[in-house]
Amino acid sequence: MSNQGEYPEDGQSHDFSLSRRDLIKVSAAAAATAAVYPCGALAEGEPAVTPPPEILPLTLRVNGKSQQLEVDTRTTLLDALRENLQLTGTKKGCDHGQCGACTVLVDGRRINACLTLAVMHQDAEITTIEGLGTPDNLHPMQAAFIKHDGFQCGYCTSGQICSSVAVLKEIEAGIPSHVTLDLVSPPPMNADEIRERMSGNICRCGAYANILDAIEDAAGELKS
Amino acid sequence: MKAFTYERVKTPAEAAASARDKSGAKFIAGGTNLLDLMKLEIETPIHLIDVNGLGLDQIVATDEGGLRIGALVRNTDLAADERVRRDYGVLSRALLAGASGQLRNQATTAGNLLQRTRCPYFYDTNQPCNKRLPGSGCAALEGFSRQHAVVGGSEACIATHPGDMPVAMRLLDAVVETISADGKARKIPLADFYRAPGKTPHIETVLTPGELITAVTLPPPVGGQHIYRKVRDRASYAFALVSVAAIVQPDGSGRVALGGVAHKPWRVEQADAQLPQGAQAVYDALFADAHPTPENAFKLTLAKRTLASVLTEARAVV
Repeated sequence: MSNQGEYPEDGQSHDFSLSRRDLIKVSAAAAATAAVYPCGALAEGEPAVTPPPEILPLTLRVNGKSQQLEVDTRTTLLDALRENLQLTGTKKGCDHGQCGACTVLVDGRRINACLTLAVMHQDAEITTIEGLGTPDNLHPMQAAFIKHDGFQCGYCTSGQICSSVAVLKEIEAGIPSHVTLDLVSPPPMNADEIRERMSGNICRCGAYANILDAIEDAAGELKS
Repeated sequence: MKAFTYERVKTPAEAAASARDKSGAKFIAGGTNLLDLMKLEIETPIHLIDVNGLGLDQIVATDEGGLRIGALVRNTDLAADERVRRDYGVLSRALLAGASGQLRNQATTAGNLLQRTRCPYFYDTNQPCNKRLPGSGCAALEGFSRQHAVVGGSEACIATHPGDMPVAMRLLDAVVETISADGKARKIPLADFYRAPGKTPHIETVLTPGELITAVTLPPPVGGQHIYRKVRDRASYAFALVSVAAIVQPDGSGRVALGGVAHKPWRVEQADAQLPQGAQAVYDALFADAHPTPENAFKLTLAKRTLASVLTEARAVV
């Protein structure tokens, strides 16, 4: 039985001031108004009409292996990894670049896989958490996260680890950060630098203290 | 997300021509702002022109002694460039104060100039917004306006430009280079690049349909003490409530530009002239025409105090 338009408490049908049909009419009117003002489009002229979905062939190199895909142009790199290649270690958190759970390395640089299209990465070299290490052969950063208990629920962890691996490389490459005091000298490897550089990875469990310990430990490990 | 067709282009002219010929097309470079808006169907391009293959990713010295920054130079690379760190420190600082490491690796120079406002009513498709749907009204005027503009706004829109990089570039007198569909190149001083919201807040820049940004040039370095101070709700990874970019010379002269207070980086010539007189005089010149809402009037006090703090810091070092 549908409960739409009815309150089970009194069993009476209530008259909603806006019926579903009216709502559809209003929405259609709003959509029509949108077509009259093509705000933000590059070209003037005829209102733009949404085309049918476009499927394109794509080659990605993921964790050292060449992968042939066919993707809808709308597919983000994150969805291509998770849905097309079943590499579900990379997580979808906010899907808007705010949480960092989807962080992967593309040509050695960390990015948010949710805010980039798969088709923009033809022939790119992509490293996900699955490519950093395996349960039998952990990456030093993975081992450090386990050693220091750098997580609780674990959902943000693959993003935290991919991000922190790149952070150490960025410091090593001399890329400054917001907290680097002297812009012209190489940035130091310290807790303040790591905290600032990891600000794009949110942990709702609040495991930050242990995450920081793990990254500092791995930084020493990787250096020696 | 609405469906769209996709193409990669090889030359800037090809990109501009494609945009002109295809109604509803958009360029995509980093995509960090555009894809966010496309997922929410605030932006609904029917065709994307991927400009990442245009090779506009170099930073080169100009004959005049400045720098020419390719439109596709990533924020991380621009902030880390040795010449930028040494001669244009305020630009490095502004870039590093923005977004996160992941986003800076992807976001481009031109894209940063063109990023859209983070006004919550612009983002909420159930709300009226003259910027998103011209003529629908502005929900921010009598809504939650804590983040909004205190100066330069209109009765149609009080959205802010969210960027940090453009504030530093405005301070440095940067010039935007573009190419049009007919192959014509032009140079637009960043001072003239953003349009006041007026009655048409959906038209944000002076770019014409299909016009593509190819580079941003900086004039020769001006020396001085470079400071970018960003005040925000948390210490990292948040948009500015108020930011102050300043270059102060040993004699106390200099220039300032503010972020988080207007639809564009806010710089007023008369304010620069007041620098030797101190923060109050600079503030008075910057905000003579301020129109805050009850919710964001605090930004004026914050701007004045941030200016005072920045000028004190500059003098301490000089």
